[in-house]
Amino acid sequence: MPWLRRVKPEAAQQTAARPDEPAPAAAPQTPAELDTQRRARRTGTLIATPGALYLLIFFMVPLGLITVYSFATRTSTGRTSLSGWNLDSYERIADDVILGIIARSAWLAFLTTVLCLIVAYPFAYYLATRPPRLRARLLVLVMIPFWTNGLVRVFAIRFLLGSNGPASALSEAMGFGTFRILFTPTAVVLGMVYGFLTFMVLPLYVALERMDWRLVEAARDLYASGAKAFWRVTVPLTRSGIVAGCVLVFVPSFGSYVVPEILGGAKTLLIGSYVARQFQAARNWPLGASLSVLIIVAMLVAVAVNQRNSANAERTGAGAP
Amino acid sequence: MSSLGTAGAKASARRLLKANAWFVFAFLYVPIVVLVVFSFNDSERVNVWQGLSPRWYGEALGNTQIISALRVSLIVAISSTIVSTVLGTAVALALDRYRFKGRRALDGTVYLPIVIPDITMAVMLLVFFAEAFKLIDTFGPRLTLGVTTVALSHIAFNISFVAVVVRARLDQFDRTLEEAARDLYATPWGTFRRVTLPLIAPGIAAGALLALALSLDDVVISAFTAGPGATTLPVYVFSTIRQGVTPELNAISTLMLAASITLVVASLALQRPRSTTP
Amino acid sequence: MSITSQTRGRLRRYRWLALAATAALLLAACGGGGSDNAADDCEPGETDGDLAFYNWADYMDEELLLAFEEETGISIDYTVYESNEQMLSQVESEAAIYDLVVPSDYMVALMIEEELLLPLNYDALPNVANLDDAWDNPPFDPEHQYHVAYQWGTTGIGMTYDALDAIGGESSWAVIFDADTAAQVPGGISMLDDAPEAVSAALKYLGYSITETIESGNEDAIREAGALLKATNDRLVKYDSVTYGDDLVNGEVDVAHGWSGGFAQAFFETDAYETHVYTIPVEGGVRWVDTMAIPHNADNVCSAHAMIDFLLDAENGAALTNYTYYGSPNEAATPYILDEILEDPGIYPPPDVYERLELIPQMGDLGLIVQDMLTEAKS
Repeated sequence: MPWLRRVKPEAAQQTAARPDEPAPAAAPQTPAELDTQRRARRTGTLIATPGALYLLIFFMVPLGLITVYSFATRTSTGRTSLSGWNLDSYERIADDVILGIIARSAWLAFLTTVLCLIVAYPFAYYLATRPPRLRARLLVLVMIPFWTNGLVRVFAIRFLLGSNGPASALSEAMGFGTFRILFTPTAVVLGMVYGFLTFMVLPLYVALERMDWRLVEAARDLYASGAKAFWRVTVPLTRSGIVAGCVLVFVPSFGSYVVPEILGGAKTLLIGSYVARQFQAARNWPLGASLSVLIIVAMLVAVAVNQRNSANAERTGAGAP
Repeated sequence: MSSLGTAGAKASARRLLKANAWFVFAFLYVPIVVLVVFSFNDSERVNVWQGLSPRWYGEALGNTQIISALRVSLIVAISSTIVSTVLGTAVALALDRYRFKGRRALDGTVYLPIVIPDITMAVMLLVFFAEAFKLIDTFGPRLTLGVTTVALSHIAFNISFVAVVVRARLDQFDRTLEEAARDLYATPWGTFRRVTLPLIAPGIAAGALLALALSLDDVVISAFTAGPGATTLPVYVFSTIRQGVTPELNAISTLMLAASITLVVASLALQRPRSTTP
Repeated sequence: MSITSQTRGRLRRYRWLALAATAALLLAACGGGGSDNAADDCEPGETDGDLAFYNWADYMDEELLLAFEEETGISIDYTVYESNEQMLSQVESEAAIYDLVVPSDYMVALMIEEELLLPLNYDALPNVANLDDAWDNPPFDPEHQYHVAYQWGTTGIGMTYDALDAIGGESSWAVIFDADTAAQVPGGISMLDDAPEAVSAALKYLGYSITETIESGNEDAIREAGALLKATNDRLVKYDSVTYGDDLVNGEVDVAHGWSGGFAQAFFETDAYETHVYTIPVEGGVRWVDTMAIPHNADNVCSAHAMIDFLLDAENGAALTNYTYYGSPNEAATPYILDEILEDPGIYPPPDVYERLELIPQMGDLGLIVQDMLTEAKS
């Protein structure tokens, strides 16, 4: 399970928040300092090289290949022909149908993100305010569900929501009659909230746990209202966690396709299935490749904007009383 | 703790928080309970209850395809976890501590495997292996996809996850400790081994556990980069679900759940003596 | 000194990699050469190494694999896939070397066109005589050079008897595509999440022949079918190619478009034959056949032939069908097949029904339009 994806923007923001490069010593440099720097640089290169090389060979080169494919042509049997470069696949993306698919996927991902935030913030708050030992145990309890096969879990939810399943039986027993939410967008959002809630909980927990509670106390001494202290102090101080959690829930929800197909009945096409379909049933690799390239670019832009924003916010935030 | 605010409002807020926490735990665990309960279902169909029976555990363990898939999964998960933990930790350290040529480029690319759609990564790795094999083929050896290529692919995404987790830990790290150590011991390796490593160990452990979980759960990338005899358990599960979910799959999932809980509990128990010192 | 030399070293390494990547691309553009394997000198039952067998999941009785290993002394590397396209992408990448694969009909045509299959050596396949004559010259491999039928089945509609009664006791695609007829069904309706199958069903309802439509490149007919799918979308509970059988049995839907074997397994395992039935609509439906074929770059061609011949044996062929609940193309196997399978019209449709079934041909460029139809229906 990809729960710890959340840490990424978190870490990214922090590096952005401080000076970009690890700061070398102050201005006047003695030969000894220069030598230390040089040695540090060598050590850095040395320890980064194996991992960097690995990513270069097994990620960047393949990524380059697929980018090349996005400019290629599909033959009538669905093979990708590498002769005759063109922008056809990119032009196709401007099609209304595909734009509609993208908009729908973004809307569902947005709903999922908002719901996760509403549920996860108080939950993380609760965890972070427990005694340290209990905290660790509760965190493990949060993690355990993610150690089982994701697909099997989705099928368990499907059973729960089925029109003859326990949820329906319960609602009938309580006099609400049978209910049908399986194979609706509601079920998709519910399934995605289930799948990605941890991505929201963990960064929020980290942010709340690290927060300096003395600031809240100080605020209360001045303002008195608990709600005001929460909105004016706690929320701004945990902003990095909120943003990280939202990004981490939004990104996988946007591309998800197993949950929409199994719980949503695949009645409305979402971008994740559409991309997968291009690489499989439709065998239109150039279109699949160009959509993937666009998704990567969009994510990179989002992460970069987010880094800049949070860097600014934290800088100004630090200056405020 | 602050003593301000009306006691009544505070108590009700606390109750709400607690209720919400219970709700979240229930939400997370109900499907797991269903899964475990149905693994003891006597019925052939997963969603039709026909009485209690341990028969599916027997059938799952007697199914040579499931066992061989489990074996492949474990080999891939363990080897990719070890390699990606070492490489990912090194990348995190380098990015956090050092300034070197190509640092910015590495900093940018290390996050890409996390945001790229699975299916894209799967296809691009397949294309890559195909081209690489053709290249190698001209020099003689004829290679085929297999357990090795699945493991190589898992390392490719796991490095990033490990690097990101370890780096988050490094961010919280008090550097004066290292400086103090260096003043006393002098050798960088000594400092690393005696000070840095123990302090970031929880981060490394978290990264490794994450890598293990991701590897054990991946379907798409494994399906595309596997070759003859290299079907992993999730791939097997995914392809049999076409024919309907059998309680056999629930039984295997329950066994894996039990194994991972044991693992987590054991690692917590091992960590305890150290973690009591803040 | 050390910094610069290291940087240069790294640069050199990167440049080497860039060169390697470029070379790889160039080679890809030129296309790889095949391997020099030939089936000409294989004797019946001869083996030439361990067999890499790539098959659909849950489509093989494990006992048969063990028996083959015992008989020949070689071992089998058995790997499973989930769709024809997944198998194809592995085989055409040439990065994975399999000795035996199980493509469906249209996929055989595509693989022949792509020169991905090896012609079979019938001298090494004496048991081919066991095959029913009906499988001799199928349209997807007219000379019958590259494939041997493995199992076959049909695509139709599974429903509750209540639903069948509600629409007058005769199965028709109208139960899905005609609003008034569909309204008479008490429960929900599902369709296969598979563009060729969905479009074929719509074509059948509209009275077109699938084969003629595709072969004559009748794009208008396909667009008409697409419009019908779009008009039907809101009426459906869902699209599903995975659990349609379970959902029918569990009452999630009352009418499900799906494959014969999926229904047979679901009905059989839950004793639902009393209440549920699999039907071929009066307008006709789709039949399909999965086949055994040898990829062009196979290493152990003789072992692959030995396996094909082994599965063509009368008793082994029957064992396969008794396991999968799909039809057997093996005429000689009939006496060994369970009666409940032979007598199930859902698995072995009577001749008059069988005549109303069509194979879906390889679609070529029309394939993309067919895919678009389902995409647009779901928008």
